[in-house]
Amino acid sequence: MRQQLQRAFFGAIALVTACSLSGCGGDEGAGGSGGTTSSGPVELTLSTFGEFGYEDLIKEYMAQHSNITIKHDKVGQGGPYHEALLTKLAGGSGAADVSALEEGHLSDVLSKPQLFNNLEQIGPKDVNKERWLDWKYDAAKAKDGTLIGYGTDIGPLAMCYRKDLLQAAGMPFEPEAVKPLFATWDSYFAAGDQYVAKTGKAWFDSDSQIFNAMQNQLKVGYIDKEDKLVIESNPDIKKNFDKVTAAGGRGQTAKLAAFSNEWNSGFKTGAFATKTCPGWMLGVIKEQSGPELSGKWAVTDAFPDGGGNWGGSYLTVPKQSKHPKEAAELAAWLTAPEQQIKAFKAKGTFPSQVKALEAGELLSATNPYFGGVKDGELFAKMARKVGPAQYKGPGDGQIQENAMSPALQAVEQGKSAAEGWQQAVDAAKRIAK
Amino acid sequence: MSETITKPVSPPASRDPAPRNRQKLSLRQKLSIADVRYSPYLFISPFFILFAITGLFPLLFTAYISLFDWELLDDTGKFIGLENYATLLGDDQFWNALVNTVSIFLLSSVPQVIIAVLLAALLNTNLRASTGWRVGVLVPYVASLVAVGIIFGNLFGVQYGLVNSVLETFGLDRINWQNDRLASHVAIAVMVNWRWTGYNTLIVLAAMQAIPRDLIEAAVVDGANAVRRFVSIVLPLLRPTLIFVIITSTIGGLQIFTEPRLFTELPGSSNGGAENQFQTVTLYMYQSGFQYQDLGYASAIAWALFLVIIVFALINFLLTRRIASSGEADR
Repeated sequence: MRQQLQRAFFGAIALVTACSLSGCGGDEGAGGSGGTTSSGPVELTLSTFGEFGYEDLIKEYMAQHSNITIKHDKVGQGGPYHEALLTKLAGGSGAADVSALEEGHLSDVLSKPQLFNNLEQIGPKDVNKERWLDWKYDAAKAKDGTLIGYGTDIGPLAMCYRKDLLQAAGMPFEPEAVKPLFATWDSYFAAGDQYVAKTGKAWFDSDSQIFNAMQNQLKVGYIDKEDKLVIESNPDIKKNFDKVTAAGGRGQTAKLAAFSNEWNSGFKTGAFATKTCPGWMLGVIKEQSGPELSGKWAVTDAFPDGGGNWGGSYLTVPKQSKHPKEAAELAAWLTAPEQQIKAFKAKGTFPSQVKALEAGELLSATNPYFGGVKDGELFAKMARKVGPAQYKGPGDGQIQENAMSPALQAVEQGKSAAEGWQQAVDAAKRIAK
Repeated sequence: MSETITKPVSPPASRDPAPRNRQKLSLRQKLSIADVRYSPYLFISPFFILFAITGLFPLLFTAYISLFDWELLDDTGKFIGLENYATLLGDDQFWNALVNTVSIFLLSSVPQVIIAVLLAALLNTNLRASTGWRVGVLVPYVASLVAVGIIFGNLFGVQYGLVNSVLETFGLDRINWQNDRLASHVAIAVMVNWRWTGYNTLIVLAAMQAIPRDLIEAAVVDGANAVRRFVSIVLPLLRPTLIFVIITSTIGGLQIFTEPRLFTELPGSSNGGAENQFQTVTLYMYQSGFQYQDLGYASAIAWALFLVIIVFALINFLLTRRIASSGEADR
């Protein structure tokens, strides 16, 4: 007994030492157990946030693969989930074999592709670029060519607006008739002036919501392909900033920061008449506006200057996974069009796969709250309008969130546009340093 | 990160310390001596071992990291000496955060301690249902911090908040609780005070009840009125307790994080408002470390804050000693 204990003790010590020497679970997966595909029993972990609609799919997969058990770790909020994920990636252990990653956080990890398995190498050979919309696939490619994740869902942008408020202002209000208003950003802001003049109320919720959509349409974002901060040298950014703050200054902004309590209340009180609207926003609008406004909101398949995307995720296989092959197979299976359609039916996550966008179940879906609009078909159309993926350099998401949005908010609160711009540039420089 | 797995902390005090005694002692005697000499350390060692692992080690490791340009997802950092500290001294945002922190700290701790002492004095009088009152002041402390943050965030909403609606019905101007720097500090301080005043009251009350009645009765006989009794007898005797209350609220106040983080309009934002008008040092540290992924810099901020807290705690210690001892000659 005593000897056994001693052996166990020394074993533990040896393990700890080995662990600290090798960086604990760093690259062992690829070499060690990577070769033993699907023979012995394998336990895979899958971590997601919010609702991916994967509950039934996981059961289905385990039924098909008797040797695989899947432990699903579901976190409610995206923010804490990603902070935890980054910490686990940094620590070299603890991340799930298949870890979901939201599009907005891509810029945090794209410059560190060594933390992920290249799915083009370890993933099933029959899964390739053709499965996804081009821009969705390309956005997850690091500069060295590593594909860090398979696309799950997307958030193609359309325009939502209050039919009744536009009608009361004597403006076109039927989904077909409003399209010219939403053709370009210039026509959008011109319509805003008209609306403000008639009603004295705001046209959109906040400067930063509009600016973000414009920013994502640019060819080059805050950071160029050489990872240089170009906020000052890319004139388009400043041009958009001036356009938005000018429109906001003419009374078009309701000054309500997205997802704040006051923003939530703003839906009920009709504080703004239009909203940049990814597919998942329909649910938010319905929830915040309440049943009284049913049928008063509408959505149309137009978006100023083309299209855009806000939201959607990827499934990654971190390097620290002990079963990268099996994990990649699971990720590939979950993101196949057939499965994503089931997830769409379960939780309404909008698929990013070309085939799924043509599926009957998606095209026939309707939304009674928005006057029975065929929203599946509408957003599938908008998904194809999204331009080529903009390169998201390190810090891009942070600049958007912690430099640009606060600066735009400060302008809404009375700072001059010139000072606001300077605040944004200073903060961006600090983040990018 | 493998570096965080430390070598096991030195083993608990060894059993046979080989005492160098002149006389030959039996093993039994030796053990007995060792027992007397070392056992107390052994008994208190769990705390210190745990503290070394969870307190001291992170503290020192933070100091170590602060000398590096270390990004969260990097394997190792680049040694840059004191550059992080040099950057910090020239960083407007840090100074801004420090001013915010001190301002919120003063707006919360000062009224909090004063109100706590006065409330305790009231509770120390002959009230009906005294236990009910005493429990009553502690109720806010039971509420979950996050719930408090969300509710106060709502109350102080700029456009649809209750506080502004009330102000308006009295014909006063609306206050921009989010964007006005001082107003936002007041709103956050109210949140802190609401939660912590009762807690401090009970601690002070306990100390007041430990004051011998005969001292006070003697003062009554000498003709001292209530105010005089409070200033000359109660306050000086509260000194050790006040020092404790003030130092703990200094530490808590300067580390304030949850309240400003929940108060902000943008859920999950660590900016502390559009112009960082209520970003505290801990918020800035968190933002640097886990959002900007600049661990080295965040560690430098952590150490700077540590030093600031020590300075403030010392100042407060000295001040409290001065104030509370004004009734009697310094010993």
